[in-house]
This record gives sequence, structure tokens and C-alpha cells, in this order.
Amino acid sequence: MSLVVKALGPLALVEDLGRPGYGHLGVCPSGAADRASHRLANTLVGNAEDAATVEVLLGGLRASVTTEAVIALTGAPAAVNVAGRPVAFGEAVHVRAGDDIAVGAPTHGLRTYLAVRGGFAVAPVLGSRSSDPTTGLGPAPVTVGDELPFGDDTAGDVPGVDAGTAFVRSGDLLLRAVWGPRDHWFTDEARTAFTAKAWEVSAEGDRVGVRLLGSALERSRVGELASEGLVRGAIQVPANGQPIVFLADHPTTGGYPVIAVIRDEDVDHLAQARPGTRVRFVCERRTL
Amino acid sequence: MTFELRPVGERAFLIDLTDAQERRRVDAALRRTSIDGVVEQVAAATTVLVRCTDPDAVAGVAAAVRALDLTEEAHGNEATSDVVELRVRYDGEDLDWVAEHLGIDADEVVSRHTGQLWTVEFAGFMPGFGYLIGSDGGLTVPRRESPRTRIPAGSVALAGDFTGLYPRSSPGGWQLIGTSDVDLWNADRTPPALLVPGTRVRFVEEDR
Repeated sequence: MSLVVKALGPLALVEDLGRPGYGHLGVCPSGAADRASHRLANTLVGNAEDAATVEVLLGGLRASVTTEAVIALTGAPAAVNVAGRPVAFGEAVHVRAGDDIAVGAPTHGLRTYLAVRGGFAVAPVLGSRSSDPTTGLGPAPVTVGDELPFGDDTAGDVPGVDAGTAFVRSGDLLLRAVWGPRDHWFTDEARTAFTAKAWEVSAEGDRVGVRLLGSALERSRVGELASEGLVRGAIQVPANGQPIVFLADHPTTGGYPVIAVIRDEDVDHLAQARPGTRVRFVCERRTL
Repeated sequence: MTFELRPVGERAFLIDLTDAQERRRVDAALRRTSIDGVVEQVAAATTVLVRCTDPDAVAGVAAAVRALDLTEEAHGNEATSDVVELRVRYDGEDLDWVAEHLGIDADEVVSRHTGQLWTVEFAGFMPGFGYLIGSDGGLTVPRRESPRTRIPAGSVALAGDFTGLYPRSSPGGWQLIGTSDVDLWNADRTPPALLVPGTRVRFVEEDR
């Protein structure tokens, strides 16, 4: 009962919802870059939401199953063929033993998620099956010849119709964020510009973070920020004024001020944004 | 003790303190008191990041943090008896920049780095990375204006008052002064990190 990998695109990683709770050891939660698509893939095959899926960057995956299985693909929409015939994207698909599954290049977005009923039962590290290639924690990136065993991480039967909808956006993004914790390190003009102007997703991006291009954000105070804890979605502004948004494999601490933090569900959209995508922010202020 | 709570998105906040001693005390008190709704806490120089299960939990956790009993002294970071010696080749790309910034020559940077006792103040950034504070100071430098996208594994670096070693290659903004071959993180070892808070370190120059 396994998936046998025959061909790969640029990168494929086993991911679940990550390993929270070890931040004090420098271990970031990691997990699927686009949480919503990962969850949806699991929901479609009746899995627990943290069952492991395969996160396929820019398609190119070809694999076969050793037994009858139920699979689903979500996230960046791509043409999928099973045994040479096109099948639906974003729906549960029954495959027979020996069937070849081929995931094409996505039409938009970056990361397509492949779930199999039961999840992929690779060995967990610190309570998670997530691969974090930056730190080397968790399973190594998927390679040709790998046999990914099926687990029993189900939450019920395979649901009928309308279990959910794939919703990776194409085009410009409007992302919701909360100001701070260090927005007071920036000038009023910088804060105004941050939300008034569009930013462009640069080609420098991976699961650690994405650099945004735009007019530099000016600080109102000089001096260094002492390193402090970071979260997924934190928008950190180095001294050159060009923001970096952290994604799933972010460092646990950083020493540049964070002007705002993107809402969790909106980080999913940025994790699917190709270089050149234009991004705008709408920020609210919260108090504690 | 007074501190500010600063929102970090919808489901986390920073406890912003004024010095490392206060941070140790709050971090220890928070760890003693298990508060419902806390996923993890990440102590750093003068802050503790508190991540919560969901947005609705944040207000309750913040109230519990304000009510923490902070009368007990923190016992954390007591020096362990052994001093770990780490061999370093002082061949970092930023060594000359650091020397110029401090108004000294590169040899003096090396002798200040090897000539004092360093203690791991807290862990963070990535698995196996420790933030070390020196007994004598004299090596305070800013981070780079723009972080490098890739710093090689084993790099020995400076930023602020800290020195640190990169366990694996990663992006980073610290000033690189040298290289070490030490195994900083090994998941099969207990604890996996060599540099845990309280560890004392002396750097030894490898022959150039």
C-alpha cells in the first residue's frame, strides 16, 4: 500500500500541519505552505486534516499506486491524468492498483497538494511528518523511486459531493494583516505607503519566505532591534526597506522589525503567488 | 515589573520587556503556569513570543499573562560546569568589515572573540542556533543592511551583542567572521542541540 514515485518536477515534499511547540529550541512549525489546500485535499478523501499530503511545486509528478486507492488534488490547479485519462481536480478520484497518476504544470499558483485516503505514513520527527528542507527536519524531499506508504489517518468515510471547493486565486492579491508588533519603528509616510501602494512578489521566494519589491519603507528610529520571535505571515523589513514575508519554514527569531503580520488564511494565498504577482495590504490595529 | 503586550497577527503576541533578567523571569513563570490556549512560547533577547491556538484564545491568554506570579526568581541560564571549546577558522567574508566598523584590525577581532567566555543566552532562529553573550563585550556590530540569501553551514557570525554559529546553510543577516566544523544539531543526540541556554563556550583559533 504505497505511492511509487516515477518522475518529479522541481520539488515535492511530504507535509502535514507541522510541529508546533518547539519554537524555544529554534524549531519552526513548518507544515504545508498553503494550509487551506492541504486541509481540503484531506477532507475530500475523508482524512484527518493533519494527515500527510505531498506538496508538489510546479507539477511534474508522476507516480503509481500499488493498491486501489482514493486520491484528491487541490491547490494550484493542474491537469491530472490517471491511467492516461483526465480526471477531475479538487474531487475524490478512485484509482486502481498499478494506475499511473500524472500531475501537469499548474495553470496558476505554485503548489498542488496530493492526498491519498489514509495519508502518507512516513516516519514523524518531533511529532510531525512535515519536511523542512531548510533545517533538514522531517522526511527528505521526495525523490524518484521513493515508495510513500499509506497510513490510516482517516476521519470518516469519503464524503459525497460538495466537500469543498478549490480556490487558489490568480491575479492580484489583497491580503489582510494586523499592524505590528514593530510598526512604530517606521515613519507615518512608510506606514501609509505600505498599505497604499502595490508590492510585487519577487523571484526570490521559497518556503522560508518571499521578498516583496516596491518603494523602500523608511524607519523612524535608528538602531538595532534585539532578535525576537517570528510567526508565519510576519512581514519583516530589513534595513534596506524591502519587506520579506515569512512562510511555513520561517526562522523562529529575527532581528529586523516586523511592520505587520498577515492573517493565517491569507498567508495561504501568498504561498501560491508567482513572481510578478501584485500584492496590496489592508491592515487593522488591534490592542491587547 | 512592567511590560507591554504587542499583537503579532491574530493569534500571537509579544511580551515586550526591558532587559534579559526580566525576560528570564517572565519566560520561566509562563512555562511554570500552563495557560490554556498557548501553543508555544519563544523567548528571545528581551521578549517572549506567545502563540495561541486561535484568535479567540488571545484575549484570555493575555489576561493570564498579566496575572502571572512574577515574584519567584528565574533559575534559568545557570552556568553548566563545563566550558565547550569550539575551533574556528577566522576566514569570514565580513571579518574586514567588522574590524573597520570597530576601528581595530582583523587580528584584534579574533583575539576579542577568542579571549572571552561566551554563554548561550537563548536558542532560536533555527534548530541548533544559540545566541551567545560575551563576558567582556567589545564586538558589538549591526546586522547587514540586507540579509544574505544563503549563509554556509558552520559560519561563525556577529550581530548586536551576540555571536552565533549557523548549524545549516540558511538566509541570514549576521556579519560572518569565521567557520567551524562542529556538529551543532543532531536529532539522534539528547539534547539534539549542542548550544542550549546556559552552555559556556570558548572559541579557539584554528591554524590559518
